[in-house]
Amino acid sequence: MSTPVERYSNTAIALHWLIALLIFVAFPLGLYMSDLQLSPTKLQLFSYHKWIGITVLVLAVIRLIWRVTHTPPALPDSIAKLQQIASNIVHGVLYVLLFAVPVSGWLMSSAKGFKTVLFGILPLPDLVGKDKELGKLLELVHQSLNYILLLLVVLHVAALIKHRFIDHDDILPRMLPGGSSK
Amino acid sequence: MISLTRILFFSSLLICNQVFALEFNQVQTSESSVTFGYKQMNVPLEGKFSKFAAQLTFDPAKAANAQARLDIEVASIDTGSAEGDDAVVGKLWFNAKSFPKASFVSTGLKGLGGNRYEAAGKLTIKGKTQDVVAPVTFQTNGTRGVFDGGFTIKRLDYTIGEGEWTDLGTVANEIQIKFHIVVNATPVKK
Repeated sequence: MSTPVERYSNTAIALHWLIALLIFVAFPLGLYMSDLQLSPTKLQLFSYHKWIGITVLVLAVIRLIWRVTHTPPALPDSIAKLQQIASNIVHGVLYVLLFAVPVSGWLMSSAKGFKTVLFGILPLPDLVGKDKELGKLLELVHQSLNYILLLLVVLHVAALIKHRFIDHDDILPRMLPGGSSK
Repeated sequence: MISLTRILFFSSLLICNQVFALEFNQVQTSESSVTFGYKQMNVPLEGKFSKFAAQLTFDPAKAANAQARLDIEVASIDTGSAEGDDAVVGKLWFNAKSFPKASFVSTGLKGLGGNRYEAAGKLTIKGKTQDVVAPVTFQTNGTRGVFDGGFTIKRLDYTIGEGEWTDLGTVANEIQIKFHIVVNATPVKK
């Protein structure tokens, strides 16, 4: 007889999947648009990418506040202590990246002289002045952080697969909607 | 004794005024600028033209006789991004090869009181000519004068941005042009 799964709260679950979805759109969009020749489409895609990024940043703030004020369900005891620590570290770095990736993009945009105007309506302040060299550097930072993010997302999903099919202590339902929530 | 020297001083001023006037006619190109603002996906951007030549004659006492001509090398454009600079000299934008220069030729200057004027003229870009009117201020500091003014054009009036770029949802039609012209004066005989 199995004990019912202890889930994350519905809010945490919603934020997790919403942010995941936005990242799954923004990441390939960023890769694709950078190599395009200048065209109205390119300008549009850059704006969409930036809007998605800022949305992720806003959601990340909400998510962090929620995380700090709500204790997540404990990992099952079947998972070794060392693995739990590793899991916490990966989750911690993912949280950092939810902020660092959009902020680096915002900074890069400012340094390159393109203000971010959220949804074409709300101009965001330029965090740094226009500076060509700084722009190039921040582009590299933004790219590098994204590849680290990609690596960690792969690790995140790989862990899920391992727990389901190798360890048989499926942890995915903790983050799936439905049933009783904590 | 309202001194003789004082009378002499003022009358000499009067004489000078009658014989000489300041005509501003030496444009200091290196201190002058032609800049523009535009919006791309509602993102405000600024650019400038770094190479232009200007001829100007302006006597504040005879504003209506003022004349000005500005020739801008369109290839000297700085749109705010290197990618943009390469694109806009091309055929769809300024077609700098066939139309290397944009020019403004004044047709009249109207005093609006104080240091404010209204300059009218013909603006030619990419072979298309349109009438433009710009409010201008003129400030002097001795023999140094500064004109500041600006006006808005619609880029499609000059077919700046053809083909896919006629789409105004990405790059807006309105382009705000601003000029800052420094011109030195030489006294001239009336």
